[in-house]
Parts: sequence; C-alpha cells; structure tokens
Amino acid sequence: MDKIDKMLLEKIADLHGVPQGAYNIRKNGKLEARAVTDEINIVSKKDKDGIDIIIKEGTRNKSVHIPVILNAVGMQDKVYNDFYVGDDCDVLIVAGCGVHNSGDKMSSHNGIHTFHVGNNSHVRYVEKHLGVGKKNSERNLDPVTVAYIGKNSKLEMEMIQLGGVTNSTRTTTAVVGDKSSLIIKESLLTQNNEKVKTQFDVELKGKDSKTDVVSRAVAQGKSVQEFVSNVVGENACFGHVECDGILSDRAQITSTPKIVAKHKDALLTHEASIGKISEQQQIKLMTLGLNKEEAEERIIQGFLQ
Amino acid sequence: MLEVKNLVYEVVQDGQTKRILDDISFVVPEKQLLVITGPNGSGKSTLAKILMGILSPTYGQILWDGKDITKLSISERARMSFGFAFQQPATFKGLTVKDLIDIASGTKNSIPSACEYLSRVGLCAREYISREVDNKLSGGELKRIELAILLAKNSEINICDEPEAGIDLWSFDALVRLFESEQKTFLVISHQKRLIEIAKKVILLKRGRIEGEGSFSEMRPLLENQTCGKLSEVQNG
Repeated sequence: MDKIDKMLLEKIADLHGVPQGAYNIRKNGKLEARAVTDEINIVSKKDKDGIDIIIKEGTRNKSVHIPVILNAVGMQDKVYNDFYVGDDCDVLIVAGCGVHNSGDKMSSHNGIHTFHVGNNSHVRYVEKHLGVGKKNSERNLDPVTVAYIGKNSKLEMEMIQLGGVTNSTRTTTAVVGDKSSLIIKESLLTQNNEKVKTQFDVELKGKDSKTDVVSRAVAQGKSVQEFVSNVVGENACFGHVECDGILSDRAQITSTPKIVAKHKDALLTHEASIGKISEQQQIKLMTLGLNKEEAEERIIQGFLQ
Repeated sequence: MLEVKNLVYEVVQDGQTKRILDDISFVVPEKQLLVITGPNGSGKSTLAKILMGILSPTYGQILWDGKDITKLSISERARMSFGFAFQQPATFKGLTVKDLIDIASGTKNSIPSACEYLSRVGLCAREYISREVDNKLSGGELKRIELAILLAKNSEINICDEPEAGIDLWSFDALVRLFESEQKTFLVISHQKRLIEIAKKVILLKRGRIEGEGSFSEMRPLLENQTCGKLSEVQNG
C-alpha cells in the first residue's frame, strides 16, 4: 500500500494500520487483505463480485472493517456486500470508499450493501466516502444500501460524504420490524461542480417501529444537492425526517421530505431548512476569538460532524 | 481601563438620519461591576455591541488602557480580552457545550475542567457538557450556558446583555454571586434592582443619552423617578 492508500484508509475508516478483528480491504476491484474471526466470517461471493459478512448470533462488542480504495484511473468497480447479523449481537461495521483519480478517465465505485439484521441486535454502521486527486478528474460513487431489520433491534447508520466526489446517487431503502429502530445520520459536503442526489425510502412495517433520518448538507461553489425521503408508516410507529442545508456561493440544495401514514397510530414528522451560515453564529464565535473564516469553518465542521 | 469618549451612533431610516446614541462618555471601573440601565429603546444593547466591535460607531472613541481600539474587529477585541454574553444566545446544530467552552478557552479542556464552568452558573454539568447548543435547550439553559462560555473565555472585560432574562430565581442568586466573586470587569446591561444594588457604578441611559451616573445610592432618586423601564424585582420562574 502506498502513501495515498494509507491516507485514504485513515480518512474513510480511521485506520492507521491493520484493524483489529475481522476485516476485508478491497483495492482496485481486488482483495488486498482479509482476516476473519470465530464470530465474524467473510466469504467471497461465487456468482458475482462481493462478499458475505456473517456475524454469529450473540457476537458482542466486536467490529468489522470493509474499506475500499480505488486509485486506478478509469476503473469502474461494482461490488455486492451482504451483511448477515445474527440475533443478540452488538457490533460495529466500518465501510467506506476512497477514490484517488488525477487522470482524464472517470473512476467509479458502486457498493451495493444489504443488511439482514436479526432480533434483539444493535448494529452501528459507519460509511465514509472521499474523492481526491486533480480538481477536474471525475470520481463517482453510487452507493446503494438496503436494510431489513428484525424485531427489537436497532440499526444506526452514519453515512458521510467528505468531499471530492464528482457525481453521486445515494439510495437507501429499509424495512423496519416490530419494536425496531433505524437511525440515520447523513452528512454531505459538495464543492465546485459536484452533484449529489440522496434518497431514503423507509418502510415502518413493525408495530412500535421507529426511524430518525437526519441529513445535513453543505453545498459550496456551484455544487448541487438533492435530498428526497419517503417514510411510510404502516403500523403504530414513529418517524422523523430532518434535512438541514447550508449553502454558499452559487450552490443549490433541493429538499423533498415526504411522509406517508397508513395507520392511525403512525406518527410521522418532517422538517427541512436551507440557508447560508447564520451571521449570529459567526459573530458568536468571533467574540470567542476566531476570525470570520475560522468561525465559518468551525460551524461547518460541527454541522457535518 | 476601558474608556468611552463622545460616542455617537446614527442610522439612516427612510432617508432620515436617526441618532441612537448621542455623545456618550464614561469610564468603566476596573475589576468592578458597571450596570447600564434604562428604558427599552434607550440604546443599551447598541452601546454594548459597539464596545465589542459588533457595530461601528459613527463618531467617538473607545480606549483600552489608553490605546484606541475603535476600529478593531470583534475577533481582535476578543483576543485582547473582551468577552460578550448575548441577550439571545446563538444556537448551533452540531456544536456541543464542550466545543464552545473549548473554543472560548482556546484549549481542549478535560471533562471535569469544562464541567467546572457549568457548575459555576448553577447547571448540573454532566447533563449538559455533551449536549448540542441547539434550540432544544430552553431560553434559561441557553443563557446560563452563554455565561459559562464567557467564564471559560476568562476575559478582562466581560460585557453581558441582560444576563438575567429568562433565568429563574435560583440561578439569579448564582448570577449575583458570580458578579460579586469574579475579579474581572463586568459591564452588564440590566433592569434588575439587585444587580444595580451591588454595582460599583450605575449608568442610566435614556433616549440615547446618559441621564446620570454614579453609585447606586447616588443614582437611587433618579432611578426611582423613571416613568418607564422601572427597575424589576427578581421574579420566580
């Protein structure tokens, strides 16, 4: 692994070396390194490119890292990763993709992740995307995330696009079972001419199921962001969708939060706000000693955290 | 020592020049409490903002230890040891109480040392330290957090715009103790009788002009004769 690979791994998966526990590192469409444990097995798919991550029931306080790095110019990588999380688990899954491209041809990575979460389990999933390289080189990422959550379980997803991704279509679909919850925190940063569309479709199928989808967007330069969500309450459930955007320069953000209640005990709410950085916030931080630019940076950093 | 000389602040409204502050001059006593009081619309908050550099005066001078700081920016004044607690504190999505305390003190505090500032304003520190400073906090909580941030900044000159507004009786006592115990200069905009009573100096502002200044006993007759913006007793709740 070269210096850029190591930098990408650090940014997308907080890795300073080989992670502890199970991991699968993919580079330029091929397996770079893998380790499995008694509790977490990783198996290559036979019918298509990708892996199955099988987490045994009762696995607690364990983690699995599956980062992807791409630095071959013009490479278009597509991978299917399926996660099978047994009952009574408490695990951390760290994914993410870093693309380095300074060439003339477009590089892309499409990760199709499907989660099958059992009963009484807690899963925290962290996914970071980053593009680096020359300003005009094209780096595209189109992640697809599908989640089936069993009973009395909780899936927490932190999905972060750190910047440098030219075009991205992000699709997340989930079906939430009885007494289960899906918590999504998405943070997106776009600059220059970058474009991102993010779509969430959440079906609150189970009795007393819950979701909280919070998307925070910062659009700078001439970048364009679009947020679409569709939360459907099919049972006694609670759903909340929030999309906040900060925009500057000539950027554009569109937010379309949709909620559909199909049950009398479904309680669904949504809120959305888009605007420039608040002057009041900036002045407050300046009274603490930061200059205007530092204040702006700190506000954005906190907002996307 | 902070000195204000012949300060004038004008705005243009509907083509007409309106004078908000008219020839304001005073000296702020060092390491003491100065309370500026007066009816609503008398220019108190404008004056406080000018002192912090948030607004620029039309004429006049602000001197700090003899140095003219009138043209210095907010950040420059903050770095020179000016602090400001807003009447309506800003809220932030994504920044926690600890983040703001760290920015204010210019260092990464340990949890116990960050909590110390919250305890001093009567907040149960553990409940608040990791919370986002957003609009889920009540007005009273935000005001106390604002003061904790001011304490963390450890400024020589502390400007507070109506710090008592929205806080309850218990925390008002804590606030009074705070102003009495801190060995710093506090310039406080307030209508509260108890704060005025403990102030070293009181300035009464009316229609943009200084109506009177002096100790509480000297100012008492003038303050009690006001027909509007009367001094408030602390209210519960």
